[in-house]
Amino acid sequence: MKWVDYIQPSTLDDALGLLKKHGEKAGILAGGTDLLVLLRAKAKSSDIIVDIKNIAELNQLDFDKKTGLTIGAAVPCYKIYNDSNVKKYYPGIIDSASIIGGTQIQGRATLGGNLCNSAPSADAVPGMIAMGVTCKVAGSNGVREVPVEEFCLAPRKNILKPDEILVSLNYPAPKPNTGSRYIRFIPRNEMDIAVVGVGVYVELENNKFKDLRVSLASVAPKPIFVQEAGTSVVGKEVNEENINLAALKAKEAAKPITDMRGTIEFRKHLSEVLTKRALQTAIERAKESV
Amino acid sequence: MNAKVHVQTKINGENVDFLCEPRQSLLECLRDIIGLTGSKEGCNDGNCGACTVVFDGRIVTSCLVLGVEAQGKEITTIEGIASSEGLHPIQEAFLENAALQCGICTPGFIVATKALLDHNPNPSEYQIRFWLANNLCRCTGYDKIVFAVQDAAGRLASSKK
Repeated sequence: MKWVDYIQPSTLDDALGLLKKHGEKAGILAGGTDLLVLLRAKAKSSDIIVDIKNIAELNQLDFDKKTGLTIGAAVPCYKIYNDSNVKKYYPGIIDSASIIGGTQIQGRATLGGNLCNSAPSADAVPGMIAMGVTCKVAGSNGVREVPVEEFCLAPRKNILKPDEILVSLNYPAPKPNTGSRYIRFIPRNEMDIAVVGVGVYVELENNKFKDLRVSLASVAPKPIFVQEAGTSVVGKEVNEENINLAALKAKEAAKPITDMRGTIEFRKHLSEVLTKRALQTAIERAKESV
Repeated sequence: MNAKVHVQTKINGENVDFLCEPRQSLLECLRDIIGLTGSKEGCNDGNCGACTVVFDGRIVTSCLVLGVEAQGKEITTIEGIASSEGLHPIQEAFLENAALQCGICTPGFIVATKALLDHNPNPSEYQIRFWLANNLCRCTGYDKIVFAVQDAAGRLASSKK
């Protein structure tokens, strides 16, 4: 790694000033599990590392029954899955946060960083899309709110401008009769990149789907939102036939490539099977939800 | 002007000051500046876990932490596991169960195991394997490491009685 300066601003305004000054030459450091690897591999070049872990807004982990959950972009995975409100109201977040890397990586890596890294296989992102999470993005021109499904554009590309920073992720308030789930297929038991990842969210009413959202990772240049899965079954009975129908829509929406992790056919097959399984768990969670 | 940074930190209970370049990893600082060479460099990208240390109460791969981030933090390395009276029960269990061959991964495994048993004194085999998934060993095939962790858990439980 070439010489790089390091600074740890203590306010969001200071951080934004640094980003405005250095633009693309500023590397934002939260957990560092992507940034430091990229810098060392010379896949990214930064003149200055801006460590955001001292900024209050980025360390928020606040829950309110009316407004939902706010996770600051610098909060590491282990703090998220050990949080009592996350455990009680958002088990779907734990599905992702507890399988990103291994224990050591989870000690540093953040969900915000997983989103900003914008890998097509990002484990945290399908769950966010399914749960309807919005991102709070701050820049020198002010703050904007962006739904997660609009955040990623292509592998390692997203909507953040060089002078902008992801501040936090806002999860909607928990509702009764709702459940979410993230699962992925990997050839090992842990520590691997998803061949396919599926995040789902359901809201049930009188044994019917009031809402259903499916998102897939590793089947397109970015994690995708499968709107047709929802429109095909909303208002219909919660039964195997309709679960299979939503899963079929996920398979149809998957546009994967063949690479060393899997073929097009295998990934399309996985999209269907994993969606089915994820929906089954999400439905169970919805029935148990508070 | 490229200036080194003065870092004040606490390692294995002692106050430590060092000068480093901002680009240097905590692992480089521990090994090459401070002289604590117990933490090993395997992959240098967070996969192998040979450089595992406790940083701010949580295990991390020290290759993916910058030395400058250690300012004001508390760190425990493999050198902080044994006491003046002798080896830690986890170290004894690794030796007696032959849970190492070449040994380069062992410091990372022992630091990670201590963190596991501090947090969960009686883990299942699945929990042990899941917790240690970020530590790679290319010699043992892992079974002996799992046996050593289970043995260590038993030793620690009986020493508390």
